[in-house]
Amino acid sequence: MMTGAFFLGWRYLRFHRFKSLVLLASVTLMMFLPTATRLLVADSATALTARAQATPLLLGERGGELELVLNALYFHAEQPPVLPYSALGDIEASGLASGIPLYTRFRSRGAPIVGTSLDYFAFRNLQLAGGRMMGLLGEAVVGANVASEQAVGPGDHLVSSPETVFDLAGVYPLKMQVVGVLARSGSPDDDAVFVDVRTAWVIQGLGHGHDDLARGDSSASVLSRNEGTITANASLKQFNEITAENIRDFHFHGGTSGFPLSAVIVVPPDDKSATLLRGRYQNHESGYQVLVPGNVLDDLLETVFTIQNYVILGLMMLSLATIAVVTLVFLLSQQLRRGEFMTLKRMGASRSFVATLIASEIGFVLLGSVALSALMSWVTRHYATEFLLSLVTL
Amino acid sequence: MSGIQISNLQFSYASAGGFRMHIPRLDIAAGECVAIVGPSGSGKTTLLNLMAGTFVPRSGEINVAGQRLDNMSDAARRRFRIDRVGQVFQAFELLDYLTVSENILLPRLIDSESRKNSGSQQRIQSLLSSVGLQDKADKRPDELSHGERQRVAVCRAMLNRPALLLADEPTGNLDQANKQKVVELLISQARTHESMLLMVTHDHSMLDAFERVIDFAELVEK
Repeated sequence: MMTGAFFLGWRYLRFHRFKSLVLLASVTLMMFLPTATRLLVADSATALTARAQATPLLLGERGGELELVLNALYFHAEQPPVLPYSALGDIEASGLASGIPLYTRFRSRGAPIVGTSLDYFAFRNLQLAGGRMMGLLGEAVVGANVASEQAVGPGDHLVSSPETVFDLAGVYPLKMQVVGVLARSGSPDDDAVFVDVRTAWVIQGLGHGHDDLARGDSSASVLSRNEGTITANASLKQFNEITAENIRDFHFHGGTSGFPLSAVIVVPPDDKSATLLRGRYQNHESGYQVLVPGNVLDDLLETVFTIQNYVILGLMMLSLATIAVVTLVFLLSQQLRRGEFMTLKRMGASRSFVATLIASEIGFVLLGSVALSALMSWVTRHYATEFLLSLVTL
Repeated sequence: MSGIQISNLQFSYASAGGFRMHIPRLDIAAGECVAIVGPSGSGKTTLLNLMAGTFVPRSGEINVAGQRLDNMSDAARRRFRIDRVGQVFQAFELLDYLTVSENILLPRLIDSESRKNSGSQQRIQSLLSSVGLQDKADKRPDELSHGERQRVAVCRAMLNRPALLLADEPTGNLDQANKQKVVELLISQARTHESMLLMVTHDHSMLDAFERVIDFAELVEK
C-alpha cells in the first residue's frame, strides 16, 4: 500500500509540475531565507572578527575608527587620514611593541597595492606558493586571487592604476615586476598586491628615478648648473619601471620620516605592553589613535545583529503568510480531488491509503524543500565570507 | 452459491432526506449478464454499491460470489472489492496523472497485499490488446477519445478477473456507435472471464444485448 501511495503521490506532483514547483519554491524560500540570513551574518561575523582578533592593535591618525580598521585589515578603498612614517619609529622606540607599516592608497586593476614590510607576511602567516618575497624596489608579491584573475606569476609585470588621467602633476603608473605568488589564505590578502612601502611611495612620486644629470651625455636635459645644484628641464625622462639597470638612479627627496602611511599594525609582546601603549596614545595631543580592531568590529556587528533580528522577524511574518497561502492552495486542491479519492475508495482503497497518498505529496514537497534549502544554505555558507569581505574591500 | 442472493435488504442514507430502500428478494445466477433500468434517484447506483460492499445495509442479507457481505468487517469488504469486483463508472474516473497502463494497474496499486509485478504487465498488455488499445499503454487519458477512455476503464475493471462486473451507466456520455461497442465489450469481457455483469442504464436501446433486464421499480418494495 505504501509504495502504491508514494507512487501515486510522486506521479501527481510530476504531472502537475508547475503547481509543484511553485509550492516547492515557496516552501524552500520560507525555510531558506531566515536560515541564510543567520548563516550569512554569523559566518561573516566570524570571518571578520577572526582577522580582527588576530590583529592586536592598530595605530592610525585620529579620525574614523571603522574606516581605519576596514582599510588596514580589509584594504577597503576608503582611505583614512595618513600618518607619518615617523609614527612607526615612535612605536618601535617605545620598546613596548614592534610595528608593521601599511600604505594602501594605490590600486592595480582594482586590486589594492599594499605597501608594507616583510614582517607583514610572517605576522599574517602567509606562505609563498611560488617565486620569492620582494627584495628590491619595484618588486611585487601577489595574492592567490590576483594571480589567478589577472593571470600573473613570477616574471610578469603589473602596472599601478593612475588616480586620474586628467591630473598631469598626479600619480603616474609604475610598472612592477611580480616576483612571488602567495598561497591561498582565504583572507583579503588573496586579493592584494604587496610591495615594499618605499615602492608605494615611488608610485606616489615621493621617490623617482631619471638619468644622471651629472653625466656628460645628459646635458640636453639640464636647465642650469649652480654650485653643485643641477636643475633639469622638461625633457628629462623619468623612469616608469625600476630595473636592475636604473635602480641606482631611484632616490627620495627629503627624509622619509614625513612620508605617509595608512596605518601601523602594532604587535606588543604582552597585554601589559599593549595597555601601556594604549595609555600613551589616549591623550589627544599625539594626534594618533591606537585601536583594538576586535572592539571596533564588535560595535559594528552589534548593529548588524540588531538589523538581522528585524530582518528575521519580517521574514517570519512573510513565512506565516506563505504557510497560510500554501495551506489554502493545498486544501483547495484536495477539494478538487474529492472525486479522485472517492474513486480510489470505491475501488477498495482504505482511508489510510488516501491519507498516505496526501501525506506523501506533502512529504515529497517538504523533503525537496529541505534538500534544496540545505543546498542553497551550503552554497550561501560557502561563499558568505568571500561575499561579505568583497563588500568590505570595495 | 456463486451468484448473487439478496434477501430482505434494507438500506437508508444517514443524511439523504429520508431515502429508504427495501429489496425483498433478488437472485442473479453466476455468469449472468443483467441490465438494471429505472428512474433517476430510485436507488440503482446504491444497489451496485451494496453489491460491491461499498455500502453496508441496515438489515438483510447480501451474498455475492459465495461471500456474505452484510456482516463483513470494513477491511474484509475492501479486500472483497479489490479481489472480486470490477467497476466501470459513468465518468470513466481515470486518473489524469497516470498513463493508460498505470490506470489499469490501479486496483493493484491500492492493494497492500498485491504482488504488483507478478504478471501485471502481461495482463495489462493482454487486456489492452483485447480492446484494440495495445499501442496506447503509455498515453495519458487526455490523449484518448471518449470511447478509448471507456475501454481503458473496462480494462481496469477486468484486471483482477472479477467475479462481479458492475457498470454504472457506462454509456451515458457516449454516442450511439460507441454505446453499442462498450456494451458489447462489457458483455464479451464478462463472458470471457465468466463474470456476472450488472449494468445500470437509462438507454433502452441497449437492453436487447442482455440476458435479463430488471426494472428497479418492480424490484423494490415501496
